[in-house]
Amino acid sequence: MCDSCGCNQPPDAVTYRKPGGHDHPHRHGDAEHAHPHEHDHGHDHGHDHAHSHDHAHGHDHDHGGGRRLSVEQDILRRNDVVAERNRGWFEGRGVLALNLVSSPGSGKTSLLERTIRDLRGEIPLAVIEGDQQTLNDAERIAAAGAPVLQVNTGFGCHLDAEMVRRALSELEVPAGGVLMIENVGNLVCPALFDLGEHAKVVIISVTEGDDKPQKYPAMFAAASLCVINKTDLLPHVDFDVEACKDAARRVNPALAFVELSATRGEGLDGWYRWLRDRRAAAAR
Amino acid sequence: MHEMTLVAGILEIAEERAREAGAARINTVTVEIGRLAGVELSALVFCFETARLGTMAAGAELVVRELPGRGLCPACGAETDIDFYAALCPACDGCLQVVGGRELRVASLDVD
Repeated sequence: MCDSCGCNQPPDAVTYRKPGGHDHPHRHGDAEHAHPHEHDHGHDHGHDHAHSHDHAHGHDHDHGGGRRLSVEQDILRRNDVVAERNRGWFEGRGVLALNLVSSPGSGKTSLLERTIRDLRGEIPLAVIEGDQQTLNDAERIAAAGAPVLQVNTGFGCHLDAEMVRRALSELEVPAGGVLMIENVGNLVCPALFDLGEHAKVVIISVTEGDDKPQKYPAMFAAASLCVINKTDLLPHVDFDVEACKDAARRVNPALAFVELSATRGEGLDGWYRWLRDRRAAAAR
Repeated sequence: MHEMTLVAGILEIAEERAREAGAARINTVTVEIGRLAGVELSALVFCFETARLGTMAAGAELVVRELPGRGLCPACGAETDIDFYAALCPACDGCLQVVGGRELRVASLDVD
């Protein structure tokens, strides 16, 4: 139980909220909660190199009647099993699920707001918002007119399949519609966690470096579509669109691109065309 | 810091397997991590040393076997070891497709 407000949440728990619902801000002073992994820094960091290679760590000697057990199991198997369940959930309802990933501030939420407004009456959309803290993004999505659930990951740096499964039990996702999963702003960790989505969409804005695909290749390798956002700012920044695309194609030759400005509206037709095509494929 | 999530997965798999085999304690956990899996090995070991406390692996050592990245050239069919995603084929300069190096596996346990 949380010792600040007496609710049933552990202090660093993941929370699931809708705008207008009961708010559990959970801003505890870190000092009250022992997070041992955060306090043990400063000692004995030399050990890690010894573990990086496959030296024989004395496995051949006998551990006092010890034995070796073969395991051969994927570390992420639990996530992957739940991701498969989510995939089945989407398939059964003809829902196209997209995992939107980017650095913080690339304009994911603005793109969603605009998409919800522009496609109203044509494509029913629902949104799962992932952030470490706050309901801010969910409030923006709700104001734009789509059902939304905010997942606050606490200390977590990514959404995982179980969080999405929980969110699906509380969110009304229209059959035949599109579920947008806005991941935590982070180009590293979300690449590793399958949520059961049909595709990852990586968003990069022209106010970032055009070498992002080189710096964070795993994410660009995992994505199906790359949205280059804020193109209205191109005259003011040093961003080479073709260089960015070339860098991204090197890690993922099959990656598709859409250049657009979510706030000004230019290029959105390409995004909507891609959405319609993918939705039609998911409904089949 | 997804390494903590990975460590939780490693410990869950290890304890389950050890219990199933009727072991009393885990001495070593050997994992295989691909070079392109996006895992910071020092963070992984660091998290393991905290998270193992209170489990059957409380005194266990984590042994990390690093697996190389492997790239396949779609143009000429050559396969080669790679350290990063955007690698070019040494034979023909084509863009290599990643065909190995994303592994995240618990390989074996030493138990009593």
